[in-house]
Amino acid sequence: MPTSASMTIDNAVPIISLRGVNKTYAGGFQALKNVDLDIKRGEIFALLGPNGAGKTTLIGIVCGIVNASSGTVIADGHDTVRDYRAARATIGLVPQELHTDAFESVWATIAFSRGLFGKPPNPAHLEKVLRDLSLWDKRGVKIMTLSGGMKRRVLIAKALAHEPSILFLDEPSAGVDVDLRHDMWRMVRELRENGTTIILTTHYIEEAEDMADRIGVINKGELIVVEDKDVLMRKLGKKQLTLTLRQPMTSIPVGLSAWSLALRDDGDTLVYSFDSQEEETGIAELLRALGEHGIEFKDLRSSESSLEDIFVSLVHRPKGAMV
Amino acid sequence: MNIYGIRAIYRFEMARTFRTLAQSVAAPVLTTSLYFIVFGKAIGSRMGDIDSIAYGAFIIPGLVMLNLLNESISNASFGIYMPKWAGTIYELLSAPVSWVEVLFGYVGAAATKSVILGLLILSTARLFVPYEIAHPVWMIGFLLLTAVTFSLFGFIIGLWADSFQKLQVVPMLVVTPLTFLGGAFYSINMLPPLWQKITLFNPVVYLISGFRWSFYGVADVNVATSIAMTFGFLIICLTFVWWVFKTGYKIRS
Repeated sequence: MPTSASMTIDNAVPIISLRGVNKTYAGGFQALKNVDLDIKRGEIFALLGPNGAGKTTLIGIVCGIVNASSGTVIADGHDTVRDYRAARATIGLVPQELHTDAFESVWATIAFSRGLFGKPPNPAHLEKVLRDLSLWDKRGVKIMTLSGGMKRRVLIAKALAHEPSILFLDEPSAGVDVDLRHDMWRMVRELRENGTTIILTTHYIEEAEDMADRIGVINKGELIVVEDKDVLMRKLGKKQLTLTLRQPMTSIPVGLSAWSLALRDDGDTLVYSFDSQEEETGIAELLRALGEHGIEFKDLRSSESSLEDIFVSLVHRPKGAMV
Repeated sequence: MNIYGIRAIYRFEMARTFRTLAQSVAAPVLTTSLYFIVFGKAIGSRMGDIDSIAYGAFIIPGLVMLNLLNESISNASFGIYMPKWAGTIYELLSAPVSWVEVLFGYVGAAATKSVILGLLILSTARLFVPYEIAHPVWMIGFLLLTAVTFSLFGFIIGLWADSFQKLQVVPMLVVTPLTFLGGAFYSINMLPPLWQKITLFNPVVYLISGFRWSFYGVADVNVATSIAMTFGFLIICLTFVWWVFKTGYKIRS
C-alpha cells in the first residue's frame, strides 16, 4: 500500500503525459503535430476541437489503437508502448461509434471485457456497474435488440468493467437523449469523486463548460491551448455592453474614442467591449460621456462570452497569433 | 501472461460455436456422411482396394482432413474478421493482451472446434464403414497439429481480409482444390509419374498422407517428411502473425 506521503507525490505527477507525439497516417495526412500534454490525476479534462482535429487519434494513441509516428506516452507511470500491459490495464475507453457484439448478451459482453483486461471475475462489481447505468434489467438481453442510447450505456459498462483509473469518453453524448446524458454526467462526477481521471471529447461545449476542470483545444493536429476552465474563460472571455439607441448614429463621436466602441444594426446599436479581467470596466464613465454628448438609449444589456465563443475565436484565429 | 484475457477470448469464441451449432457442427457432419454413403458405400463397393485397404476406409482420413482444414480456416478467419468488420476490435487493441495471448484465444478456440468436429466425423464414419486406427497417438497428434496450423492460417486470412469475399476466396479457390488434389480420394501413386512429382508441391498431400499412415500404416510420402512439412507451415504462419502484430499491418493504423 502506498503511504500517504507517496500519495501526495503521486498527485503531483501527471497521470497521463504525452511528449512530442506526432501521427502521420499512411496516406500522408498529419493528424497530430508535436503534441505535449499532461493530464492531472483525478481531473475531468475536456478535449475540444472541430471534426478531424485529431481528438480521436490522440485518444487512440494513448489507448493503443493507433501507433504514434513518434513521441512517447506515459499512462499512470507506464510507457504505453514498452510497458503496454500495465498502461492499458489502467485505461477504460468508450469509443465514439456504437461498436457492439450484436449477438452477445449484455452480461456476457461486460464479463468478456473484464476478463480481456486481465481481471478475475467479480459479479458484484459488474452488477454495480449495470445498476448504475440502469442496465441491470437488460443484462440477459441480446445487444442487437437494444436502442442506440442503451448500446451507449453498454459501451460505458464495458469500459468500467475492469475498474480503470483512467476513463476516456470519446463524444459520449453524440446521439444520446437527455435522460442518459444526465445519468452519464452524474456517473462521471461519482467516478471522479472516487479518484478516476476522466478525459472526454464533446461537441456540446456547454457540457465541457459545465463538467470540466481543465480544457484543451486542438485544431488541425495542434494543441493550441490547455488551461484551467475558469482561467481560460477569464483570460479569453470578453464582456460586452450593448446599448439600443433612441436615434441612430452614423459615426461614433471623436470624444468617445477612449472606449472600444462599435456601431451595429445601421447605427441603431452601440456595442462596448471590455476585458472581463479589468477592475475598472469604464461603464460608468462611458454612460456619463454619452450623456454629455447627448446620446440617449432606450435599453442596455451586458453579456459575457461563453466557452463556445472562446472556442470559435481560438479555432478561427490566424495561425501564430498568441493566446 | 494474461490468463483471464485468453480465457475471455476463448469462451467468447466457443460461445459463438454453440450459438450456431447447426451451421458449425451439424452441417459438416451431414455433408461428410453423404460422402461416405456415395463414395464409401455406393461407388466404393465397385472400386478395387488401394494399398490393400477397402476404398470406403481409404477415404476416411482424407475426408476428416478435408473438414479439418475447411473448418479450422473458416472458424479462425471468421473469429477475427467479425470484430474487424463490426468495429469491436477497438477493445482487443486497447486491451493488455499480447499477440501470443490473442492467438491462444482465437486459434485455440478454432482448433478445439475443428478437433471436436474431426472426432465427430470419425465416429459418424464408423456407422458406414469399418476401419481401424493403427497408431492412435499419432492420429491425435496429426489431428491437433493440423487443426492448430490451419486455424493459424485461417487467422491470417481473417486479418488480411477486408471484405466477406476475400474471407471466402482463399478457402474456396485455394484450399478446396488443394485438398481434392491432395490425395483425399486417391493414392498419389495412382497418378502418372509427372503428376506424382508436381503433386509434391501441394502441402495437403503431406497432411493426408501422414494422417492416413496413422490409420493404416501405409503412406504416399515418408511420415517424417509429413510431420516436418506440417511443422514448417506452422512456423511460417507463426512468423507471419508475429510480424502482423509487430507492425500493426491491417489492424493498427
